[in-house]
Amino acid sequence: MTRYLPYLLVGVLFGFVLIKSEAASWYRIQEMFHFQSFHMFGIMFSAIVTAFVTTQIIKRMGQRKAMDGQSIEIPEKPAGRISYIAGGVVFGLGWGLIGLCPGPVFALAGAGSVGAIVVLAGALHGTWLYGALKHYLPH
Amino acid sequence: MDWLYHPWPWYVSGPLIGLMVPMMLFIGNRSFGISNNLRHLCAITQPPNVDVDFFRYNWKEHIWSLVFVIGTGLGGYLAGIVFANPEPVLLSQAAQDMLLSWGFTQPGAFLVPDELFHTSVRNFTFLFASGVLVGFGTRYAGGCTSGHAITGLSTLQLPSLYAVLGIFAGGLFSSWFLVPWMLI
Repeated sequence: MTRYLPYLLVGVLFGFVLIKSEAASWYRIQEMFHFQSFHMFGIMFSAIVTAFVTTQIIKRMGQRKAMDGQSIEIPEKPAGRISYIAGGVVFGLGWGLIGLCPGPVFALAGAGSVGAIVVLAGALHGTWLYGALKHYLPH
Repeated sequence: MDWLYHPWPWYVSGPLIGLMVPMMLFIGNRSFGISNNLRHLCAITQPPNVDVDFFRYNWKEHIWSLVFVIGTGLGGYLAGIVFANPEPVLLSQAAQDMLLSWGFTQPGAFLVPDELFHTSVRNFTFLFASGVLVGFGTRYAGGCTSGHAITGLSTLQLPSLYAVLGIFAGGLFSSWFLVPWMLI
């Protein structure tokens, strides 16, 4: 059990930040898509820069081991284009409507929103639908 | 302890979210991303007589990921209920004006508007249907905001740039055309 504890703690921090940053707010997402505030863009840019700098440091340190003994490697996404764009558009359409992407769905459900649980139920059905239709979709 | 109750500025929250990427690598060489959990939850609940091969794998290898999102929910509970912000969301004036023109009476009173999230058949149909788009799209694109926009872009992966462009295009269309059309 204890080997899962770090994931739990980092997950708690993530959920806490999503609420405190208001990234889990429908209003903030509308404000972002209408370019009415720098807030969400600032979050995204500073998150990407932080992750970029820290992963570059990890790369340059050479061979390092994770806490569980595995060597750290930054995984590559499979090559492709159509599935990334088409999937992104479908996801974006949903995100613009409900203002919640998967991380904030879990955080907001924890904050007691019944609506977020309905979104989660929908997202699970959508995921299942993709799995069932995968072979018929262009990738 | 005031800072636990108040919302955090972008230059605090953003770097903390960005730190998820190296932290997940350090803990167990994991790639930070949330939406895979939706797949794992499908894999756990898929009845044997349905048997879609996309969900036929050993999900037990991904318990760490499910533990992470349980943590996310717990963090949401702490930040949203135990240390709840008593103030409304501090939206820009432009956003407030737009929301008032869309018919919201108290924009930002809680994180999400009651008009769309309170219990009603109409709202739950809307939330469920939009959730289907989110779930379908993230799996089709192989990731969401965390896996593509943060992990993917910060590690300079071209597929993630395609996904982020798609995501932003879809989001713009929804929030400029679908949301106003739905509300007004």
